[in-house]
Amino acid sequence: MQYLWAFLVGGAICVIGQILIDKTKLTSARILVLFVVAGVILGGIGLYPRLAEFAGAGATVPLPGFGNLLAKGVKQEIDQVGAIGILTGGLKASAAGVMAAVALSFLASLIFEPKSK
Amino acid sequence: MDISKSHYKKMVEKASPNSRLGANCAKAFVVGGLICAFGQVLNSLYMFWGANADQAGTYVAMSLIFLAVLLTGLGKYDDLATFAGAGSGVPITGFANAMAAPAIEFKKEGYIFGVGAKMFIIAGPVIVYGTLASMVVGVFYFFFGG
Repeated sequence: MQYLWAFLVGGAICVIGQILIDKTKLTSARILVLFVVAGVILGGIGLYPRLAEFAGAGATVPLPGFGNLLAKGVKQEIDQVGAIGILTGGLKASAAGVMAAVALSFLASLIFEPKSK
Repeated sequence: MDISKSHYKKMVEKASPNSRLGANCAKAFVVGGLICAFGQVLNSLYMFWGANADQAGTYVAMSLIFLAVLLTGLGKYDDLATFAGAGSGVPITGFANAMAAPAIEFKKEGYIFGVGAKMFIIAGPVIVYGTLASMVVGVFYFFFGG
């Protein structure tokens, strides 16, 4: 059942993105920014964690889930170390994902050649 | 039935945007949904192997990022994106693709301004505005509680 919910919710979030691409003149970069910021805000007010509770990866794998992770990280950090957590929480929570993407992308640039057009 | 060319063109224009939107949305839904369902399968697997919920989530993200970068290097993620649109762009795999693709594409411009700079052409704004928003959330949380 959790796989079905992940499929349905994850698919639905992607459909929102597709509608934005087709119906507005927003570039995909703007949409990704919009989705992350929306995830941070929905995470901040506590709505996104509720979605993640039953949708699992359907909520955490799409980019708003990344935003939600930032919001969660900043709250946890503030609980633990106080005001300085406002500065450190977001980047700390995103560190693993960003670092993995940086390291692997760099590695890929060493190994792979661009497709000739 | 006698329909002039221009009239026919108008009819096509009237009919096609919606059906194209419908088809695009269906493809985005299926591919995006499958990527998330696959993430859920990985999540169960990692928890079965003893990870707690937070660790499993991190491992899932790492795994998907790895696969996305690999497929990008092999030129396959582009094909998927052409078919799936937002279905492959919105999941975390799309974020990884948005870093790996320009890193590979611009290596001919060198490792500083090519790979190092272009890697963040889309990821940069995402990180900048994501972390800024997290600061705003943090300020509210600090002063007004959860």
